[in-house]
Amino acid sequence: MIRLEEVTKVFPDGTEAIREATFEVEQGEVCVLLGPSGCGKTTTMRVINRLIPITSGKIYIDGVDNSSIDEDELRRNIGYAIQDIGLFPHMTVRQNIETVPVLKGWPKAEREKRVEELLELMRMDPGEFMNRYPSELSGGQRQRVGVARSLGADPQILLMDEPFGAIDPITRIELQDEFLKIQRKIKKTIIFVTHDIYEAIKMGDRIALMNEGRLVQYDTPANLLYRPKNEFVEKFVGTDRALKGLQLIRVKELMCGSPPTVKTDEPAEAARECMEREGINQMVVICKAGKFLGWVEWTDLEKGEMVGEIMKPSSDFATIDAVLNEALSIMLSTRRNSLAIVNEDNGLAGVLSFDAIQEALGEMAQRGEIE
Amino acid sequence: MIEAWQFLMRNPEVVAGWTLEHLWIVLVACGFAVILGVPLGIYISGRGREHIADPVLYLAEIMMTVPSLALFGLVMAILASLGLRAIGFTPAIIALIIYAQLPILRNTYTAIRQVDPAMIEAGKGMGMNERQLLFKVKLPLSVPVIMAGVRNAVVMTIAIAAIAAIIGAGGLGKAIWWGLRGARMDLILVGGIGVSILGLLADAFMSRVERWVTPKGLRM
Ligand SMILES: Nc1ncnc2c1ncn2[C@@H]1O[C@H](COP(=O)(O)OP(=O)(O)OP(=O)(O)O)[C@@H](O)[C@H]1O
Ligand SMILES: [Mg+2]
Repeated sequence: MIRLEEVTKVFPDGTEAIREATFEVEQGEVCVLLGPSGCGKTTTMRVINRLIPITSGKIYIDGVDNSSIDEDELRRNIGYAIQDIGLFPHMTVRQNIETVPVLKGWPKAEREKRVEELLELMRMDPGEFMNRYPSELSGGQRQRVGVARSLGADPQILLMDEPFGAIDPITRIELQDEFLKIQRKIKKTIIFVTHDIYEAIKMGDRIALMNEGRLVQYDTPANLLYRPKNEFVEKFVGTDRALKGLQLIRVKELMCGSPPTVKTDEPAEAARECMEREGINQMVVICKAGKFLGWVEWTDLEKGEMVGEIMKPSSDFATIDAVLNEALSIMLSTRRNSLAIVNEDNGLAGVLSFDAIQEALGEMAQRGEIE
Repeated sequence: MIEAWQFLMRNPEVVAGWTLEHLWIVLVACGFAVILGVPLGIYISGRGREHIADPVLYLAEIMMTVPSLALFGLVMAILASLGLRAIGFTPAIIALIIYAQLPILRNTYTAIRQVDPAMIEAGKGMGMNERQLLFKVKLPLSVPVIMAGVRNAVVMTIAIAAIAAIIGAGGLGKAIWWGLRGARMDLILVGGIGVSILGLLADAFMSRVERWVTPKGLRM
C-alpha cells in the first residue's frame, strides 16, 4: 500500500512540481498516473522512493513513513523502471536484471533462477538473451528487460515510468496484455505512469489524473470517463467519449462470468433442457478441462445423440483483457450474438452477449454520456 | 642519416639500453600519474565538491600550458629549496608525473561528470549507495574516456621525457643531449628518431589497451 498525504514538492528553482497531493494505492492495485507532460508524474515517483526529498507532507509505504526507512533499503524493496529505461550498457541482460538481487546479497544459484524466470515471464528466451548487451537488443526487448529488472528482487511495490513509452503500437498492445496477465498472477502494488489515456484506462484499476502538479481526479477509469470532475478532465478525456467508452471498457466487466455450458460427452438432451430453462438458443461447449471448444445450437439438437457430434467447433474468442471494441469486431465477424471469453490458459472465463453491450451503451446514454 | 644507422649497427645494445631506460621512465611516471590522477579526478567529481574541482582543473589547465622546460626548472627549484637533490632520476620523474597526471585527471573528472543521468537515476533508484554507484556504474562507463586520457599522457610523456634528460633522467633524451653538446649528428638522429618511433608504437599499443579494458558492452 502506498499513501501520499498532502505531499508538496517545490524545487529549489521555485518550480512547484507537486501541490498537496493526497491519494492511496491499495495493495495489489494498479494506479495509473496520467497527465500532460510536465505535470509532475515522474516527480511523484521520485519522491516515493526518496530519490528527491519532499517539501512537505507525508508518504507511507505499507503504513510506515518512508522518511523513517533507510533510503537504500527502501529503494531495494521498491522496483523502479525509469522513464528512459536506463539499462546499464556495460552489463549483460543477466547482470542488469540481477542488479538488485546482487545488492541484496542473494546467492548465485537463486539469482540465476530468478533471471531465467523473469526473462521467460517477459517472453524472451533466456538462452538467447541472457548474455547479450543492451546494444544488441531491439527497443522493445530493452523495455522488457527494463521491466524485468524492476521486478528483479520480487518487490511488492513497483514504480513504472512509461514502461512502454518507446514502443510501436502493436508491440505495445502485446506488452500491455502480457503485463495485465502477469499482474493478475503476481498482484503487485503498482504506480504506472503514462500520458496516453487509452493505456491508462486499459491498465489502471484507478487513475490519478494530474495537471500542473495538482491531482485533479483520482477515480476508476469508468468514472473518469463518465463522471469528469471538471472541464480539464473532460477536455483531457476528449469529446468522443462514447467511442472511447467502447474502446476502453474491458470485456470482463460486461461478460457473464458463469454462463450455462455443456461438455462434449453429455447427451444432446441435456443441452436442450438447459436451453429451455435459460431461454437461449445456443450454448458454449467445453472440454473436461474447461477449455472452450465451440457452440451447440438449438436447431442442431436433433442431428445427433451426443453434444460432441452436433457442436460447431469454433476458434473465435476474446481474452478477458480484450477491450470492448476488439471483442465487438470478433463478434461481428462470427455472425453470432455471443462471444466466448477465455483466460490465459484458454479456459472458458465467460460469455459476452451483444445484449450486454447494448445494455451498457444504453446505460451510458441514460447518464447523458452519448450525445 | 647514414651515420645514425651506422651507430645503431655498431652499438645496438647501447641504443637498446637507452630505449629501455626511456620506457622505464615513461612507465614509472605514467603509473604514478594514474595512481594519483584517477582517484583525484574521482574525488573532485563528487557531489558538493565543485568548489574544489574548479580550481584544481583550472590549475591543471595552466600547468599544461607551461613549457616543459620551465616546469622542470620549477620542480628543481622547489626540490632544492626543500634541501632535496634537484638533479637526476627522481626530480625528473616527479616533474613527469605532474605533467602526465593532467590529462588523466581532467579526463577522469569529465568522464564521471558526463555519465548519463539516466544511469545514475537507475542505479540509485535500485538502491545502490554512493560507493556501489561509483564502482558498478560510473567508473565502468568512464573507462573509455579515462583511457583516452592515459593514452594521451603516455604519448606526451615519451616526448617530454626526452627533454627531462637535461636534468639527468636518462633514456633516449640522453643521446639527443650528448649529440647536441658534442655536435654529433648521429646521436641526435638516433635519439630523435627513436623517440618518434617509440611515440607511434606507444600510441598504437595504447589504443589496443584502451579497447581491451573497455567493458564489452561499450565497444562498438
Ligand atoms: N530537478 C528539477 N529542478 C527543477 N525543476 C524540475 C526538476 N525536475 C523536474 N522539474 C520540473 O517539475 C515539473 C514536473 O516534472 P516531471 O518530470 O515530474 O514531469 P512529468 O509529468 O514526468 O513529465 P513527462 O510526461 O514529460 O515525463 C516540470 O515542470 C519540470 O520542469
Ligand atoms: Mg516523466
